[in-house]
Amino acid sequence: MQFLRNTLDKVEHHFEKGGKLESMYALYEMGDTFLFTPGSVTKKGAHVRDSLDLKRMMITVGIALQPVILMAQWNTGNQALSAIASGAPVRDDLQMSLFQAIFGELSASAAADMQTSVIASFVLGLIYFVPVFLATQVAGGICEAGFSIVRKHEINEGFLVTGMLFPLILPPTIPLWQVALGIMFGVIVGKEMFGGTGMNVLNVALTGRAFLFFAYPAQISGDKVWQAVGPDGYSGATWLAKAASADPATITYNGLDSAVMGEGAGMTLSWMDAFLGMVPGSMGETSALACLLGAGILLATRIGAWQTMLGVVAGTALTAIGLNAIGSDTNAMFAMPFWWHMVLGGWAFGMVFMATDPVTSSFSAKAKLGYGLGIGILVVLVRVVNPAYPEGMMLAILFMNLFAPLLDHFVIQANIKRRIARHEA
Amino acid sequence: MLESYLSLFAKATFVENMALAFFLGMCSFLAVSKKVETAIGLGGAVIFVLAVTCPANQVIHEYLLREGALAWISPELAEVDLSFLNFLVFIGTIAAMVQIVEMVLDRYSPSLYAALGVFLPLIAVNCAILGASLFMVERDYNFGESLVYGLGSGIGWALAVIALAAIRERMRYSNVPPALRGLGITFILTGLMAIGFMAFAGIQL
Repeated sequence: MQFLRNTLDKVEHHFEKGGKLESMYALYEMGDTFLFTPGSVTKKGAHVRDSLDLKRMMITVGIALQPVILMAQWNTGNQALSAIASGAPVRDDLQMSLFQAIFGELSASAAADMQTSVIASFVLGLIYFVPVFLATQVAGGICEAGFSIVRKHEINEGFLVTGMLFPLILPPTIPLWQVALGIMFGVIVGKEMFGGTGMNVLNVALTGRAFLFFAYPAQISGDKVWQAVGPDGYSGATWLAKAASADPATITYNGLDSAVMGEGAGMTLSWMDAFLGMVPGSMGETSALACLLGAGILLATRIGAWQTMLGVVAGTALTAIGLNAIGSDTNAMFAMPFWWHMVLGGWAFGMVFMATDPVTSSFSAKAKLGYGLGIGILVVLVRVVNPAYPEGMMLAILFMNLFAPLLDHFVIQANIKRRIARHEA
Repeated sequence: MLESYLSLFAKATFVENMALAFFLGMCSFLAVSKKVETAIGLGGAVIFVLAVTCPANQVIHEYLLREGALAWISPELAEVDLSFLNFLVFIGTIAAMVQIVEMVLDRYSPSLYAALGVFLPLIAVNCAILGASLFMVERDYNFGESLVYGLGSGIGWALAVIALAAIRERMRYSNVPPALRGLGITFILTGLMAIGFMAFAGIQL
């Protein structure tokens, strides 16, 4: 610690005004404040005395994300191994070669053995997760640092969280250039053009994801292979993608137990598996349990707003119950009960980590409730009514991001009106 | 019957949003979106004008301009096709309606009249409004459908412009790069809003 502090102090004068690396001050400042609490204090004027600053807030979100990240790595590996065990071809890429160099040749029977080992699953998932994570950090970090140096503002922990969220909402097999492109779009167009951290209108990670979604629908829309296994020929489509085009008569939901799709044996999905996250999907979104752990941390520290989360839950439940009552003979999604909506796709991850984003959600408590309700209603509507998108969480949140300031506006105006009336009375 | 009207309304409002799916009516969309109050006023005016002109033009088209429309006067006129007059007559109807709105606002809400300024008469050439009438002809809507379509697309446009105004009010203290301030960032914002509205793209109603 002392050594680090000394080193930083030793090089500081190079970055200060008049030093030879003056233009790189933003980078020095980032390293310094990331490692140590800044020593500078406000000298004059009013200033808020609160130990919760941007840094602590962002790091808390980072901690809340840890269960999701661990689960993402285990599940990515486990999904790939179980697919290979049931006959899918092994991917011919660098990651798989690396894995085979450590754990030996992969065949169907070898994969079935390895599937039971937590370590093998975890390492395989790690091998797939780390390149995506690094691509996000490097590409996004360069954009962030470039803007900070040119526009002379600080690099802060905002990108730390965005850079963690973004890889988690991508499928494991995504090409790395797409990862870089997506996060660059998110950081530059979604955030830096609007003035940087705290001034963006749309959630940065979701903006990048939406850009990829519309630009390269073949790789990322959820109906293609989402497990890290061989080339075409094996379909690891998500349950939502399949249910969207299935015949309603062939799907039955057995309460909280399981769901069966198709005639006879068909495809069975246990609710508990979906809740724990043992299903194909984007790397971090599958496990509702891990997201719930994160939600616990966010709620206990009051960094995530309970109003938003409650709104999303209520909106989803009410809309799903309503649609169940209406029913449909041609659209299988109408019959999906709300407790299934909540464990499938990106619902849990979106509710806990995306909807509660303090910058892009509404600011006032009442508006947050309405904002969450809007997301909950929309996510079910998009999933059920819109055949083009089996997964609705991303677009529901982006849509409500647009209306968050308007909700705030009405809450504030109502407040002003009430207080004027009280004053005059 | 009611169900088909409801789905037409939802389609006009969200799926085929005039501003964010067709990018019609952009000039007033970008110019009168600095304050929520003004945007609500303009949105209301556009809703009214659309809801009146769309069915009015439908009647005119059905009984005067369509090929063979004049047959109700006398059978000899069944050959006459006046549809080349569509543009002229539609614009005329729209201009007349806008004039009425203008006079009403001037009389009852002078502050909104002043705030809307030149953009109120400019509604007459707002392409969202002419666009709705032309879509109505292209898709053969009957009177009831064109009323619902006009109302729906008006509400959709108003919703978009009010949301944009609220976002721009929040952005007032944003440190936007100087070169992008004003219209530049608003264009980018409009594009991002269109991505948000893509949630409804592809819904078949």
